[in-house]
Amino acid sequence: MNRAITRKLAAAATNAYQSKVLRKNLCGGANASAATSTQINNHIHEDKQSFTHTVHPYDIAIVGGGMVGMALACSLATTPLTKHLNVAIIDSNPALGSKVSIKKEDPPDPRVSTVTPATISLFKDVGAWQYVQQHRHAYFDKLQVWDYTGLGYTKYYAKDVNKDVLGCVVENKVLHSSLFSRVEDTDFQKTIHPSRLTLMSLHPSSSSTVESSSSTEASYVNGCLAKLELSDGSSLYAKLVVGADGAKSQVRQLAGFKTTGWNYSQNAVICTVEHSVENQCAWQRFLPGGPIALLPMGDKFSNIVWTMNPKEAADCKSMNEDDFVKAVNHALDYGYGPHPKSSLLASADMFSWLGGNLVISANDSFEVPPKVVKLASARMAFPLSLMHAKDYASRRVVLIGDAAHAVHPLAGQGVNLGFGDAFALSRIIAEGIAVGMDIGEVSLLKKYEAERKPANVTMMAILDGFQKAYSVDFGPLNILRAAAFHGAHHISPLKRSIISYASGEQRLPLFS
Amino acid sequence: MASKLLTKLGAIRDPKIARNPNLPLNATRRLFSHRPISTPPHSPPSSPPDNGKSAHKKSKPTSSLKDLELAKFSAIADSWWDSVGPFKPLHAMNPTRLAFLRSTLCRHFRKDPHVARPFEGLKIVDVGCGGGILSEPLARMGATVTGIDALEKNINIARLHAGLDPVTSTIEYCCTTAEKLVKEQKMFDAVIALEVIEHVADPTEFCKSLSALTHPGGATVISTINRSMRSYATAIVAAEYLLHWLPIGTHQWSSFLTPEELVLILQRASINVKEMAGFVYNPLTGRWSLSDDISVNFIAFGTKNGQ
Repeated sequence: MNRAITRKLAAAATNAYQSKVLRKNLCGGANASAATSTQINNHIHEDKQSFTHTVHPYDIAIVGGGMVGMALACSLATTPLTKHLNVAIIDSNPALGSKVSIKKEDPPDPRVSTVTPATISLFKDVGAWQYVQQHRHAYFDKLQVWDYTGLGYTKYYAKDVNKDVLGCVVENKVLHSSLFSRVEDTDFQKTIHPSRLTLMSLHPSSSSTVESSSSTEASYVNGCLAKLELSDGSSLYAKLVVGADGAKSQVRQLAGFKTTGWNYSQNAVICTVEHSVENQCAWQRFLPGGPIALLPMGDKFSNIVWTMNPKEAADCKSMNEDDFVKAVNHALDYGYGPHPKSSLLASADMFSWLGGNLVISANDSFEVPPKVVKLASARMAFPLSLMHAKDYASRRVVLIGDAAHAVHPLAGQGVNLGFGDAFALSRIIAEGIAVGMDIGEVSLLKKYEAERKPANVTMMAILDGFQKAYSVDFGPLNILRAAAFHGAHHISPLKRSIISYASGEQRLPLFS
Repeated sequence: MASKLLTKLGAIRDPKIARNPNLPLNATRRLFSHRPISTPPHSPPSSPPDNGKSAHKKSKPTSSLKDLELAKFSAIADSWWDSVGPFKPLHAMNPTRLAFLRSTLCRHFRKDPHVARPFEGLKIVDVGCGGGILSEPLARMGATVTGIDALEKNINIARLHAGLDPVTSTIEYCCTTAEKLVKEQKMFDAVIALEVIEHVADPTEFCKSLSALTHPGGATVISTINRSMRSYATAIVAAEYLLHWLPIGTHQWSSFLTPEELVLILQRASINVKEMAGFVYNPLTGRWSLSDDISVNFIAFGTKNGQ
């Protein structure tokens, strides 16, 4: 590393001085190179005075100002040890930077997130939840899961895990603007670059020559800064680059992080629908083609996430609204198969030896979700895939959110993992600053990786397992699945740990 | 267990020693106790022969040894800032040492520990600064830092690296010794000498010098290796004889100080040790943490009696 520095300096020196003596000194031994470097420092110092356009490096450049990138900015802005940092946010989204006011009467956005109690408490910690509460949001404390075979169903209650809510469904634009408003309310030094990242260099190539000898350039040449070039032709320097730029992360590609993953041959159709009554429960039914979820959004609105094969998805998108509403009601009610029986005698016997509580109270019985009366937004279709970066961090670069791990939206966990990343990274940066570390130091960033990777991999494995278990339509498996439902329904400790994990607690299900 | 020993040893291995495997201990000692410097602190040596000259002045037994030493220094000094290089153990231990310094110094000087630069306004000297891996974090934490080291090569590396960041470029690096600073009547709010005392010829004199550099009411912090059975097993037997991580004779176990001895020596130099902690390594996480176990690596925080 330092050998490289010396070489770079040598290049700079010869460039500046064209001095044979210096070269000779460099060949003469390391002491001589040190001598040269001191002279270079002097030289740089002189240059700094003559150059008026000295570029000031940022502490952190967040590439991607979406929900996760903004959560990082928000956490940094509200933590005593990090609020002094000078941060650049690079995002070509024109909406960013101008304070968008969201009105409660605005039509609901189809893109929503189910935030877990863990995420809610992180938002409260940074003071952003109060802004969410000013907008449309829907807490739910009940989740009913069943499948089309009519063999089983299960209900999860927040009280089972001693919580008030299982989660809260919030439109993405509300989460984003809440975080942004919170940052705006602090005196955090942030600069928004409405541009795209085109090039990132962490270690200048050995052939590069130093054109301008500002101190910033010198620091960059010596590996103390990363250089980012933007699509608008400008460039900037930062001690740390955070890739929060989504599943197709440019930062991840430019940094050369490898990924593993696969596409599911499935698409998710997403839209907002309206009921005649307010929906207060989250619903999920497994159909032959994949699960359909109905999530309460507040104000008689619900969000639909319906997984199916790409052809069906295309049909669903193109069919007329009335047909689509019919299809949704069909899928959430009698379509594909009967309702599960409320009396579970046979299967209850099957599990009685496990010691489950077999008394089913009235409100524990199977319920039919409220009818959808009309479509309230456009329908969107996204291909489902799973992707995980092999590394989250290297010197001066770190990935958060979907840039590090993308999951399908089965349990709405994707963004919660991303928020978990953002807040963990902010905390670890604060820990580094507390002991005077360079925030781009790989040992510090690896600490973040070591903390987040197991959490993310576990959740991804669970979701992938779910996906696999429910995307296969095969008789015996259906029965097993139904049995698992009954199991989960009756064996309280197991059920508790499943919900606990899904609501963002860092405990492994089954083994806690 | 073996891996634990191994990793412990990594940290014990002192850079100042580890970098000259063939250097007899007494030579190193001389280096630390006399450390006469020919060049003024801030002017860089003008040419390689000058280094040769200063080498002779550093009272080395023979010039050939010095050449060998120089070659080794230049080979390894480049890696001072390579956090996965030969100084990896020191880099790994650094946050823990700094956490101790942060908590003790903030408490003593009544600084707010919840800010990014709590040491603002404190003058601190880092005795035996090496490549500056302690000096730079201290500067980032707001201190006005002076880094001193007897080896010109270290000082040059430290200066070069610190110059890259405007925050750390304020560090004043001098190729000098604690004794020499005393003669110059320099005084500091806090005097820090980490992993140094086990290499000096006369710890008592060394502590007196550190005390003389400390303002009355100021703080002195020293870290070193205990003279315990465990440190004998880890630092001497395993590191030098079994694993050959260090050349035989690198550390002289008998010259290590026990915490009790260090407290006594410091007391005689009018420094009262107020706090002490051990560093323990967790081989599973690869991280060091502070603990009550002072049987191998330990750090002591003392304050100098007021007038």
